[in-house]
Amino acid sequence: MLRLSIPVRQALSRLTLPVMLLVSLGLVLIGRADQGLAGRLRISINDWLAPAYQAVSAPLSALARSGGTLGDLFRLEADNARLRVENDELRRWQSVALGLEAQNEALKSQLHYVPTPTPNFFTARVVADLDGVYARSVLVATPDGAGNVTGAIAMDGRGLVGRVVESGDRSARVLLITDLNSRIPVSIGTGNERALMIGNNDGTPALKYWSPGQPPADGAMVLTSAVGGIFPPGLPVGFVHYDSDNQPVVVPLAQLDQLVVLRLFDYGPAAQPSLSKPVPRVPGQHR
Amino acid sequence: MALNLRRNPGFWQRLDIASRMTFPAASILFGILVLGLPTILPMQGALRPAFVLVSVFFWSLYRPSSLPAPVLALLGLCLDLVGVSPLGVWPVILLLLHALVVQSRRLLVSQGFFMVWLAFIVIAAAACWADWAVQSLLMLRLLPIDASLFQWAVTIGLYPILAAGLIRAHRGAAAPELA
Repeated sequence: MLRLSIPVRQALSRLTLPVMLLVSLGLVLIGRADQGLAGRLRISINDWLAPAYQAVSAPLSALARSGGTLGDLFRLEADNARLRVENDELRRWQSVALGLEAQNEALKSQLHYVPTPTPNFFTARVVADLDGVYARSVLVATPDGAGNVTGAIAMDGRGLVGRVVESGDRSARVLLITDLNSRIPVSIGTGNERALMIGNNDGTPALKYWSPGQPPADGAMVLTSAVGGIFPPGLPVGFVHYDSDNQPVVVPLAQLDQLVVLRLFDYGPAAQPSLSKPVPRVPGQHR
Repeated sequence: MALNLRRNPGFWQRLDIASRMTFPAASILFGILVLGLPTILPMQGALRPAFVLVSVFFWSLYRPSSLPAPVLALLGLCLDLVGVSPLGVWPVILLLLHALVVQSRRLLVSQGFFMVWLAFIVIAAAACWADWAVQSLLMLRLLPIDASLFQWAVTIGLYPILAAGLIRAHRGAAAPELA
């Protein structure tokens, strides 16, 4: 160990704070200049943390589940009655759906409809909550061999959750639809009216840029739209709702506050049309 | 106890002293990581910086030597990486907080719990506002001010709860003079 006289040591200890402050300010500048640096650092730390989080979160969720089981025992009868009613209702809808499916198939065969390819998907467990005060994202552990899944669409059992923005060897960060930086083109209702769903840091993202004079109808279904080429069309997102300021917002179908397992759909570059390529014009078409 | 420190300590005792000295930093790092576990508590996004602010304030006030500047900068960096904020924001805030508390230490350390809490309320407001302002500036957009106010409320609400545990740690597990 270096032997320094007491005044020198005191001077050094007084200097560390300003020096570290300067280093930190430099870090702010570097992070601002190289936007990818924070992402790369985050991926490496997340890849390292994901297995540990996974090891801890599995028994935690099991514990939460078994706690639920104990509570469920006391509600068995009421739950059974409710489920029976719900089952009857669902059976009715099932017959409607089967009828519609048959009709849909018949119509498609008449139209020589080319089906869209089913994308690859895999399930991934949410291992960490990467929420900040001004950010909404979760960390998922990706299975071996998943590769780089940046851009993959994340859904839970009910609806759209978000999109993978950073992806490493073992983990991926999913930006939720409620994050401030989330901008998702959507189509509303049966008329497929276009709008942009903008995350605002709370549970219900705002709807903006709908066509003037055609405000989104309250309760209308919100689906993703292929405009912009990032999302495939027709994924369920949520319902239109008017908030207390009478502004249209989307109530997401996905349970964003308790995500456990996500399905990541990798549509790949083939599904994303290049924006730079001009749309080919059909000869003889006049507009 | 003072006599203990003066004589040459053995290996185990030195290990004990070292672990007691690193207790504050280790507990903050542990807290940052544990609060990342999914859905163990509501409003975890606000709770993580709140936990760090309370801990850094407390240890800067009562045991400043156990939180050296490089360690604080690293803890801030961890918070930036786990909490998805622009790089370097939290190191700057934590270092400034530390400097401020160490400067006003003589005034604060002799005060009772409520006066210290009052001081923390003011300092936490400054820290939360700085976080909001710097992040707004770096992202070139006005971030929601209510999220920042919520963060402040969670932080000052957490102080009495956490301080009860920290005071015990300060007198027990983290006291090098007991080694």
